[in-house]
Amino acid sequence: MIEIRVKRTFGATMIEADIVTPAQALALVGASGGGKTTLLNMVAGLETPEAGFIAIGGTVLFDSELGLNLPPRKRRIGYVFQEPRLFPHYTVAGNLRYGASLAPPGDALIGFDELVAWLGIRPLLDRRPAKLSGGEKQRVAIGRALLSRPRALLLDEPLSALDPARREDIMRLIGELIDRFRLPMILVSHRLDEVDRLAETSAQVEPGRTVTLAGLS
Amino acid sequence: MTAAEWTAVMLSLRVASVGALASLPFAIAVAYALARGRFYGKTALDVIVHLPLVMPPVVTGWLLLIGFGRNGPLGEFFERVFGLVFAFRWTGAALAAGVMGFPLMVRAIRLSLDSVDRKLEQAAATLGAGPLRIFATVTLPLAFPGVFAGLILGFAKAIGEFGATITFVANIPGQTQTLATAIYDTTQDPDGGASTWRLTAIAIAIAVIALTASEALARGFWGRAR
Repeated sequence: MIEIRVKRTFGATMIEADIVTPAQALALVGASGGGKTTLLNMVAGLETPEAGFIAIGGTVLFDSELGLNLPPRKRRIGYVFQEPRLFPHYTVAGNLRYGASLAPPGDALIGFDELVAWLGIRPLLDRRPAKLSGGEKQRVAIGRALLSRPRALLLDEPLSALDPARREDIMRLIGELIDRFRLPMILVSHRLDEVDRLAETSAQVEPGRTVTLAGLS
Repeated sequence: MTAAEWTAVMLSLRVASVGALASLPFAIAVAYALARGRFYGKTALDVIVHLPLVMPPVVTGWLLLIGFGRNGPLGEFFERVFGLVFAFRWTGAALAAGVMGFPLMVRAIRLSLDSVDRKLEQAAATLGAGPLRIFATVTLPLAFPGVFAGLILGFAKAIGEFGATITFVANIPGQTQTLATAIYDTTQDPDGGASTWRLTAIAIAIAVIALTASEALARGFWGRAR
């Protein structure tokens, strides 16, 4: 279950969402500047709503009435940013191990070697992020997030900076990820073909209008 | 080189190294507070940190003598608790060197911290890292060139420190006489010309080596990171 009922105002712009869905894979769609990334940031704890309630998979992350606002590190939300934000001072292996070292005790979603093989990044392990292509960086960012054993995944326009061949490649990977790990996932996109293929349901985000979604669309 | 000149050179290197290294953790903490902190008194802290840069060094030396002299409140505390005496000892020269180099260290480190991409820190937080871990594994390594530059600047300033040192710990050969105060001594001696030249050449050589090493190491670090 994904539940995002929040409100936040930026100057004259208001972002309001009332999303409650049992879907595992939710897409937020809409034009640039509409507030999609802001909603993801609120789920990750990087921005704070003025009021509202956020819960994913039964875990409450934010509840203004109870004064509950878990910090990002306690939310365990794997966030694959639009620009992959890999640590430039670590190699690919170092970035992956960084995620793994922060996983809570318990069974891993996937082992390091299995993940490396699945993502096809073994030849890249000793490289620095600056030496990677856009698609390779996205693969490493997805791997790093998965190794931290998140309770949910946020993907912010993961395909936007890629050429058509790499887009297809990463889209297939995300499809496999949804089927394999069964994690709640929120995908931000402005492309309907991506949304149709990857998400079970979608919500339209427009500035000044309440994003509403209840049940499966 | 005479034994006295050699002693002054070695003492200078010891004083500058200890002064710069001992003040580095404090400089990092203050730079971080100034770069990232939002707290009451931040401007006052900024002003206090930079005072040694603009005050006459003699004033700084005198204030150190008042505070860290054997009868000063801090001097008495350090002697009683740690058995550490500053006044008229090489440790006092290191303290004076550290204080005088502190603003330069803080400025270099703060600039470097300002340039660290906060989005990388956010990424670490979403992976589950707490503030201390983010600082140790993301912020500090990425700010390393500035931290290193600050350390070298502090060291170079310490090597050349004169006014605060001579006021706080005097100019005692073998005890507190550093390169700078030894050069001052030789300039007061009508027969000290050759000695002045030798010590001056060493002072220039140390400065050139320190700055070249700093540049080379910083380039090496970024070469590996990119």
